[in-house]
Amino acid sequence: MGAAISIDYITHHYPGQEEPTLKDIEVNVAPGETVALIGQSGCGKSTLLHMLAGLLIPSDGCVRINGHQVIKPSPRWNMMFQKPSLYPWMTVRKNASLGLIFQGRKRDMRERIDQLLETVGLTDKAEVNVQSLSGGQQQRVALARSLATDPELLLLDEPFSALDAFTRVALQDEVTRLARERGISVVFVTHDIEEAVAMADRVLVMGSNPGTITAELRIDIDHPRDRNSQPFVDRKAELMGYFGATRTPAADPEPAGSEPPSPEAESEIQAADPAATESRARVRAA
Amino acid sequence: MNREATLSIDTGTVERLMPLLRFADRTRRALQYPLLGIAGLFALWYWGGWAIANNEDTMAFASFAPGPTLAAFWDIVSSGAVWSPIESSLYRVGWGLGYAIAIGVPLGVMIGYFLTLKQVTHVPFQFLRMISPLAWMPIAVLAFATWDAAIIFLIAIAAVWPITYATAHGVQRIDPMWLKVGNNLGANPYHTLRYIVMPAIAQDVFAGIRLAVGVAWIVLVPAEYLGVTSGLGYAINDARDTLEYDKLAAFVLVIGIIGYMLDAICVRLIKRSSYHAEG
Ligand SMILES: Nc1ncnc2c1ncn2[C@@H]1O[C@H](COP(=O)(O)OP(=O)(O)O)[C@@H](O)[C@H]1O
Ligand SMILES: [Mg+2]
Repeated sequence: MGAAISIDYITHHYPGQEEPTLKDIEVNVAPGETVALIGQSGCGKSTLLHMLAGLLIPSDGCVRINGHQVIKPSPRWNMMFQKPSLYPWMTVRKNASLGLIFQGRKRDMRERIDQLLETVGLTDKAEVNVQSLSGGQQQRVALARSLATDPELLLLDEPFSALDAFTRVALQDEVTRLARERGISVVFVTHDIEEAVAMADRVLVMGSNPGTITAELRIDIDHPRDRNSQPFVDRKAELMGYFGATRTPAADPEPAGSEPPSPEAESEIQAADPAATESRARVRAA
Repeated sequence: MNREATLSIDTGTVERLMPLLRFADRTRRALQYPLLGIAGLFALWYWGGWAIANNEDTMAFASFAPGPTLAAFWDIVSSGAVWSPIESSLYRVGWGLGYAIAIGVPLGVMIGYFLTLKQVTHVPFQFLRMISPLAWMPIAVLAFATWDAAIIFLIAIAAVWPITYATAHGVQRIDPMWLKVGNNLGANPYHTLRYIVMPAIAQDVFAGIRLAVGVAWIVLVPAEYLGVTSGLGYAINDARDTLEYDKLAAFVLVIGIIGYMLDAICVRLIKRSSYHAEG
């Protein structure tokens, strides 16, 4: 079952820093809920996610999962990163089995992994070395690896941002479907507004210096979500508006209004239009 | 008509011979340059032997030339005299390397993992590394009860550095994300070592062992000049004392061949321990 998370007034200083990286963050996540964290690069999204994973301990405040304070990593809450970080000396099956091996749950491991690889569409790749897979397939193996231990919570740090547009959309839908089927809670970090609207029940907009939550948007569209439907497009526009509102006037010399987005904004709200990114990437490759 | 018939027979024969021809071609390609190198070495050796034989001052050493040497080589191989020194030498090198690996790999893992340890050990280790292992000889003889133990100590102290530093280098190149992911999946320290660190550094460790084998094999011979009455180094010294220069050269040949074989084994191990996909 999904985990209930409560983030209690987290403030964090990295060693030797004057200004806190995160300040007074307070968030609750209900079991089975999917929450997106979106914000400018460097505002502390990864830092917050590492705290949820128990890979980093906040200097003030704490994270509780199902009422227990998080003090170390656990296979019950699993983190996925931008890079799949698979172990290149292992097969797909071995990579996916690793969490179970570490937990000593070797009984029925084969069948479990077979099922999981089928779920992520890699049945025929089970015994090949992961180095021969494409980026999208590798990220699928990482997903299977994360799901193998039956986590209650999935933490995703820009997990699809290195993938091409088609693979990205496919994986967004797949993760959403799997998380909903299994009732897993999900917290994910993204730069991509469409990704946030496609996957999340709730979007938290973060501002920087210090990192705080500046806005919150509920996305109550039924799954599976049609990306061309009016509610979806409306939510995207609304979120874009929130995002613009978080930018300080000092960082934006032009008066807000009809001006085209600055290059900075364009790179931050990256791939709001995946097709455009895709075509740009192709031009560069050509 | 006639012409067509000949043609069809020809193609049939060629087709049947094709695999053989391809094999021959591959073998030729694989061997032509190594054989060229070997031939060059022999030519140089032959020329050297000839020069020695034609100089009045060095004439006495004429049996270093290929002819007498190869005859002596055949002698020691066919009489079986060659095996006992090889056995003694491999025994010492084996134990020396064994100790070097048993000490060097864990030491290297720790140096690679803990930056402080690396900084603390840097000066003393570089200092010790630059001292010729043979300089320890008098101390080794005092410290160890047997000559064998002393020689094994010398080999170990020579071989431990390449293994330690290659291992440390491998550990430093480990992708931190691999450790983070392992940690997140609930790996305990044993799991981390067994499933992540060891496979990640295997190739570097074997590369270090290859260097160590080279060093150990080089140190072995001079170490066996002293005290012991067995081994390849002793055999060379003995041949010199009895003025059997052809036999001496034959043992040099044996040392070279075995050294080459040891190195080839290491190269195989390095290849096999690599996790990089072929091609
Ligand atoms: N290990 C660290 N030590 C010191 N400062 C760090 C460390 N990691 C991140 N920071 C700083 O904390 C801020 C937030 O980083 P991060 O959480 O990675 O941002 P985001 O994921 O939103 O791009 C950045 O200003 C970064 O420079
Ligand atoms: Mg980040």
